[in-house]
Amino acid sequence: MLELDTCCKSYRTGAFGSGELLAVRDVSFAVTPGEVVSLIGESGSGKSTIGKMILRLMPTSRGSITFDGMDISTLTGRKLKEYYADVQGVFQDPFSSYNPIFKASHVFAMLRNEYFAGLSSSEWNAKLERSLEAVSLNPGDVLNKYPHQLSGGQLQRMLIARALLLQIRLLVADEIISMLDASTRIDVLNLLGDLKARGLGILFITHDLSLGNYISERTMILRRGRIVEMGATEKVFGNPLHPYTKMLIASVPHLHKKWDQIEREVGASDVLEHVLREERTDEPGDGNGVARLEQAELDHFVALGSD
Amino acid sequence: MAVSKPGAGVMTTAGAPVPAEATGPISPQGAPAAAPITARRSEFLYFAFRNWKFVVGLAVVLFLFALAIFGPMLTPHEPLEFGGPTDQAPSSDYWFGTTSFGQDVFSQFVHGLRATFLVGLVGGGIAWLIGATVGFTAGYRSGWLDDVLNMITNVVLVIPTLAILIIVAAYVNVHSYATEAILVGLTSWPWAARAVRAQTFTLKTREFVDIARISGRRTRQIITTEIAPNMSSYLLMMFILLFGGAILIGASLDFLGLGPSESMSLGLMMNNAFLSSALLLGSWWWFIPPGVGIIGIVGGLYVMNVGLDEIFNPRLRDM
Amino acid sequence: MSLRVDDLAVYYQSLRGDVKAVDGATFQISDGEIMGLAGESGCGKSTLGKSLIRFDARMRHVAGSVELDGRKLPISDDSKMNAFRFKEVSIIPQYALSALNPTRRIGTMATELLRSRNIEPDTVLPEFKRRLKLVGLDQDVLDRFPIELSGGMKQRVVMVLSSLLDPSLLIADEVTSALDVSTQRAVSELLVEFRDRGFVKSMIVITHDLSVLYQIADTILIMYAGKLAEKAPAETVVTSPRHPYTQLLLSSLPEVGVRYAEKRLSGIPGRPPPLIDPPTGCRFKTRCPLAFAKCDEEPPFASLEPGHLAACWKAEKAEAA
Repeated sequence: MLELDTCCKSYRTGAFGSGELLAVRDVSFAVTPGEVVSLIGESGSGKSTIGKMILRLMPTSRGSITFDGMDISTLTGRKLKEYYADVQGVFQDPFSSYNPIFKASHVFAMLRNEYFAGLSSSEWNAKLERSLEAVSLNPGDVLNKYPHQLSGGQLQRMLIARALLLQIRLLVADEIISMLDASTRIDVLNLLGDLKARGLGILFITHDLSLGNYISERTMILRRGRIVEMGATEKVFGNPLHPYTKMLIASVPHLHKKWDQIEREVGASDVLEHVLREERTDEPGDGNGVARLEQAELDHFVALGSD
Repeated sequence: MAVSKPGAGVMTTAGAPVPAEATGPISPQGAPAAAPITARRSEFLYFAFRNWKFVVGLAVVLFLFALAIFGPMLTPHEPLEFGGPTDQAPSSDYWFGTTSFGQDVFSQFVHGLRATFLVGLVGGGIAWLIGATVGFTAGYRSGWLDDVLNMITNVVLVIPTLAILIIVAAYVNVHSYATEAILVGLTSWPWAARAVRAQTFTLKTREFVDIARISGRRTRQIITTEIAPNMSSYLLMMFILLFGGAILIGASLDFLGLGPSESMSLGLMMNNAFLSSALLLGSWWWFIPPGVGIIGIVGGLYVMNVGLDEIFNPRLRDM
Repeated sequence: MSLRVDDLAVYYQSLRGDVKAVDGATFQISDGEIMGLAGESGCGKSTLGKSLIRFDARMRHVAGSVELDGRKLPISDDSKMNAFRFKEVSIIPQYALSALNPTRRIGTMATELLRSRNIEPDTVLPEFKRRLKLVGLDQDVLDRFPIELSGGMKQRVVMVLSSLLDPSLLIADEVTSALDVSTQRAVSELLVEFRDRGFVKSMIVITHDLSVLYQIADTILIMYAGKLAEKAPAETVVTSPRHPYTQLLLSSLPEVGVRYAEKRLSGIPGRPPPLIDPPTGCRFKTRCPLAFAKCDEEPPFASLEPGHLAACWKAEKAEAA
């Protein structure tokens, strides 16, 4: 369904734009219907950039992104609108995603103007109510309020409901959980699970490994714009091969095991050392060449090269 | 969001002075969350009429505006009508006295107020429109369009406005205050464009703009419905500053004798007074009213603006 | 060092009434203890932390007292607290990363800060450099601007600065929330190292992330809607919590290894009560599955076992979690 092929995103840097900063390097992956694919990376890894490129909020510098075989980088006007009827996104900060001067229902009204102008009021209201109920929200509770009167969890769910109005096939969820409270996080996450069961493909972008592990079928670990490891979630988490992946897993705080124990189990090197080393270098250790992912086992790929 | 214009200060949308208990990764309550429109309006009125700068400034401007509208009906004399006694101090017949040519100063004053307000509104309005359009477009679009508009803005900004206007006015032979207003408007917009551009940059990175984009909204619509309303208080204050600035520039031109000569304005009054040595003759009634008039309008506007800044920005209030 | 907090109440004023951010907190911290202060947004943990150093001029100290090493802290008086700030009680504020003045080099900022506290920078500069090295920062950090440093580096600079004068108590307010997972671990372990090396005597680590607290804290204090819910050694809170809120909170956290297909976790329905006019009785009662009639009366923050306190009528009975 969605396919990225050696996508790159570069920015001009330096005094006269002579330098180049590659935020995303040669990223290739695919998302098929009915699965959640996690894109896990720390800050600066380029994960949000990939999300924005897929949503056409940012142009791709090199490489291609295709949806059902169609190159999305050339879409404009009506074709772009059709694309948005298939692919939608939800972002990190629920309070920034709503224009504070309008009621929360403004996000729905925009969609109605662009896609459902022909529907009568009662048809539209019925459709809206169905969508809100599908995300376990009571329409009466949320429709007539301003964003600051609602909670982060409600706002994020409304954004998901908004995406669902369009019968989308792919949802780009960019850190949608990180600004929610612990008690609401799991509910929104379970909602994604329900949507996946109904055939939606989801690209779940996050920095939180435990969330990725909980919800996704396949996982990609992104480091400085490059994919270093990818494959079935249980394989990537159960048998991490790349040193960076091991280090990430060893850094996640657990509730019943101390860090030292996990570090030993996973075989990672000292985390503080790694952090300090990352701060001192600007380029990833594995050089500038095209990163090749080698298959380590069935549905498990690792990038070669030293860390 | 600081602006490079005195008196504009820092802008935020108004919010109650309660800190959100910000303890999530980043404040899940959202630091400065704007209150709904109706609550904001009543909150605005609540604070507005307790702010003496706003009230006094507004009162002065409104009073002079009323004088401009109704004043000409109060006096039986025409502003350019000769025939009265010359150089006479204020009397019951001629409330502000007469000029060296026997004209009624009061009549000149109230007609002058009309012209001054006209130049301010039209000139300020044109500058506001150009500044806002250029600013929004440059700020939202980025890329080469931003670079081009930036270059134009900087060029117009750097040109010594008054000098250009003097030259243009000398050749174009300005006939009406509307023309003068247009000329003023065409040269005083750059700082407004830069300020709007900076604000637009900030707002463009907000996620609600991304949501609008993936809803299929077009650029122009996004600017007018999503971005501009978020800057409404700023745009209002910008207009007031442009209004005042246009009046000053127009008055300067008139004072130099480059404005229209067929009707009367406050600047022209001062010009005539100066040329007729009113100061030496002691005819204070000729040049003091127009001076006070200009100071009153422009000063009132600026004081009102400072008040508005305090009203819109809770952090500047002395609560 | 010892910290005693007795029935502390700190409110914020607002147009609509007082926001009862902290409404009656009583607890103690002993020498060398790292206490984690956890809860969701709006529970009052940040306010509690800031009130111990009077970091926010808008807060009103309404009731209660704070004693540090037997001396009462003047937390209602801004100018009197000045003598204690930075020297005896210090804070790493919540948005420290974005609060660094972007136009000042780190070294300049540090010397300005020290001078403002009437400390001659040269006397502490060697120690400052030594500690920077300890947290893995080069000397040239002093010549850099904040924008040249990563989030983790800035956080470590702020950590070193805040604890430079070896305060008795260090309050770390959400220092790891905005960091990447690897930097989070590095910074968390450095906090423990500061305590181990004696740079600070005791610490209060404020965060919403219980798993980080399990890793580094000796005891954990859970807050809910302005009140204290549970306090116990970290291991106890995580393995055998007694307050229903703690229990529900823990069961809603997806641990690495738990998968949606195998075990569906669930959150806590509802929202915390508003703090302007909070309901009487236990503030968790509307969302609590164990709520019963007595919950209309506020449960005391009582000791269940030595070192384990909880505010719940049901927890008082000897029930296992």
